[in-house]
Amino acid sequence: MLLLQEAAAAGAHPLSGSVAEWIWLVPVFPLIGFLVNGWLSLSSVAKIGPKDPTAHHAHHGHETQGHGDAHGHDDHHHPAAHKHAKLVSIIGPAVLWASFGLSVSIFFALSGAHAEAPFVKTLFSWMPAGTLSVDAAFQVDQLSMVMTLVITGVGSLIHVFSVGYMREDPGYPRYFAYLNLFVFFMLLLVLGANYPILFVGWEGVGLCSYLLIGFWFSEKANADAGKKAFIVNRIGDFGFLVALFLLYANLGSLDFSGVNAGATQLSPVVVTAICLFMFLGCAGKSAQLPLYVWLPDAMAGPTPVSALIHAATMVTAGVYLIARSSILFSLSPVASLTVALVGALTAIFAATIGLKQWDIKKVLAYSTVSQLGYMFVAVGVGAYAAGVFHLVTHAFFKALLFLGSGAVIYAMHQAYHHTGNHDDAQDMRNMGGLRKFMPITFGLMWIATLAIAGIPPFAGFFSKDEILGSVYARAHGSTLADASLLGIPGSVLLYAIWAIGLVSALLTAIYMTRMMLYTFHGGNRSGEKERTHLHEAPWIMTGPLVVLGALSVAGGWLNLPNFFPAGPVQALHHWLEPVTGEAALRITHGAEAHLELATEYMLVGIAIAIAVVGIAFAVTRLRTETLVPKAQSPESEGFERVLEHKYYVDEAYDKVVVQPLVGVSRSVLWKGMDAGIIDGLVVNGSAYLARGIGWLGARLQSGQVSTYAWVLVIGVLGVLGAFTLR
Amino acid sequence: MMVPEALALSAVLFTIGVIGVLTRRNAIVIFMCVELMLNAVNLSFVAFSRLYGATGQVFVVFVMTVAAAEAAVGLAIIISIFRHRQTVDLKNINILKG
Repeated sequence: MLLLQEAAAAGAHPLSGSVAEWIWLVPVFPLIGFLVNGWLSLSSVAKIGPKDPTAHHAHHGHETQGHGDAHGHDDHHHPAAHKHAKLVSIIGPAVLWASFGLSVSIFFALSGAHAEAPFVKTLFSWMPAGTLSVDAAFQVDQLSMVMTLVITGVGSLIHVFSVGYMREDPGYPRYFAYLNLFVFFMLLLVLGANYPILFVGWEGVGLCSYLLIGFWFSEKANADAGKKAFIVNRIGDFGFLVALFLLYANLGSLDFSGVNAGATQLSPVVVTAICLFMFLGCAGKSAQLPLYVWLPDAMAGPTPVSALIHAATMVTAGVYLIARSSILFSLSPVASLTVALVGALTAIFAATIGLKQWDIKKVLAYSTVSQLGYMFVAVGVGAYAAGVFHLVTHAFFKALLFLGSGAVIYAMHQAYHHTGNHDDAQDMRNMGGLRKFMPITFGLMWIATLAIAGIPPFAGFFSKDEILGSVYARAHGSTLADASLLGIPGSVLLYAIWAIGLVSALLTAIYMTRMMLYTFHGGNRSGEKERTHLHEAPWIMTGPLVVLGALSVAGGWLNLPNFFPAGPVQALHHWLEPVTGEAALRITHGAEAHLELATEYMLVGIAIAIAVVGIAFAVTRLRTETLVPKAQSPESEGFERVLEHKYYVDEAYDKVVVQPLVGVSRSVLWKGMDAGIIDGLVVNGSAYLARGIGWLGARLQSGQVSTYAWVLVIGVLGVLGAFTLR
Repeated sequence: MMVPEALALSAVLFTIGVIGVLTRRNAIVIFMCVELMLNAVNLSFVAFSRLYGATGQVFVVFVMTVAAAEAAVGLAIIISIFRHRQTVDLKNINILKG
């Protein structure tokens, strides 16, 4: 904070006048792409509307949820590509490359400037309302640039892949419009200089996620998955909003700099409340317990969407938010411990489900939930750099895994398409032995698998090891270890989290190896005729895979551990120090957390051993020969069945939340409140009342003059009586 | 001066008129009862003019004028009702019934 004030006092920021002034262009490029692609989509909507005879091919070129039952028609000619496909193929990825190029130059400007304080580019005053003043401002600092590079870099690769994957879809321009819009909002999220801008991006990516999950909305399951994602996220967003209200009520500022400067004046209870509400938002967006249920269903969207939104970028927004609010979280050991604990539980919970999934994308989805849990463990224990590090490496290898699975599904689907087979193109039981047909994808997916399993020297090893090492170190000495949660001492909790992390790492190695074995090894189970049509995806799809493969190998160099003999040690850690250093130091009692070298080696040894044991276990115990295609597979028994049904969480939520909600809505809100009280009592009731009064009035109007005369006389007598008796 | 006696007669006449209006069914009779009430009021005006000056007698002239006009209009209405309905029994004239 001192440094911050000094820089402010020193006058102009070293980045002012540099290329960083153009930071606003980074999100604007994708916005332009969205407008152009959206216009192309709308202008030709009549050509692809429901009346078009080719329109029912919408889902045909690609996989969809519940694919097997979905095909009701027998024609197998290729659907025609959209008439603007060529233009869209250029604009869609090009705007991302432009953003990426600009981000790289700003990144170099930032690293050259050695700026300790963030550079804030204010565009205009957005919400000047009384004491609340929110600017439309972008923040260039070390954390936001790392995120921007990941989003635009990995995003560009996924956009290129999408050109190959989605080109024949009739909704092609719409797809790229949504994808560009998503990147715009995601960049808004990470570049915003205050919480409201972040929140706009946060909601915007949720919207795009909804739109893209339900991209093939003509099938109800896909549209439902989109709605589920949107609704579950609303629960989290409620928490986020409450956190913002609390921040404003207690600090009067929503700028990152203002909040960070005033954070220490907040009372511990308020900080904990803010952090816990914020974490509720993170749990929704980043699919943590108990709000993770939408992410596996989100696989209903096109596979590149799963790679970009539901693996590499949007779902990591929660990790970014906590790293961004690290100063707040470091002030509340209780909230930090909660984050770490929920992360650990999510990691092991999702990993066990991943063990028994048959849909290749579902395996990856649960793997993503599990890895996100890891990231929350890291930011929970105050190892913010480690969390961001894992975020980055995870973006590399998980994007690679998803795109690889996309290539596999593409190949499977093409083969099924040629032969008119209506089987599930995503079920691993229908695959097998693909290594012969898709050698490039096979090799690259193994790289990513080794990376996620934590085998050195691949990227995931370093980031995962860093997280586990940090947890272990924090258990030895930190404000977290001194605190307690629910009566359990923090150090005990941290050791437990560490152990859970190790077990999750073991499970990760097992389920990833299982996925690879079932998909690429053994005999092919896709069928005689189909086999001849299996082949590698075109280069526009494998090209991005190769780049991501290289990143998955080399990503670990971003942040090598201390004991590493060569290379830039702890580069990312030092890079992020201006943003998260203060908070991390507060948690570690002001000292850099260093373990003894022997302990470090022991931890690394355990991590490697666990990864190797996991892979070896899967290779030796899983028999691909016993697998039969999905259609002939028997139901599994016992605990396997529980895992295959994902612990029946969806069913439980349905019973505990959805059904009572629907029941109460129907009986109380609809039948009781709406139909009974509003319609019955208020609306019809007032009509009945008016009619009743009218009926009484009508009785007075007898039409008999003598009656009127009587009334008149009685009235006169009454008035006179009142006057005389007064 | 016989003022109390005159007022008493006026009250009796008025009451007879009211009762007639309330109880009779023939429009002509009711009409006559209304005239009776007017004249009862006239009587009380005249009686009071003994006490408070001639203003009451001026009123009586006005009342008689208005009563004459009213009688013309009222009788015309009754005649036209009779032409339409062949009766002036008010029990049967109730088209304003709600």
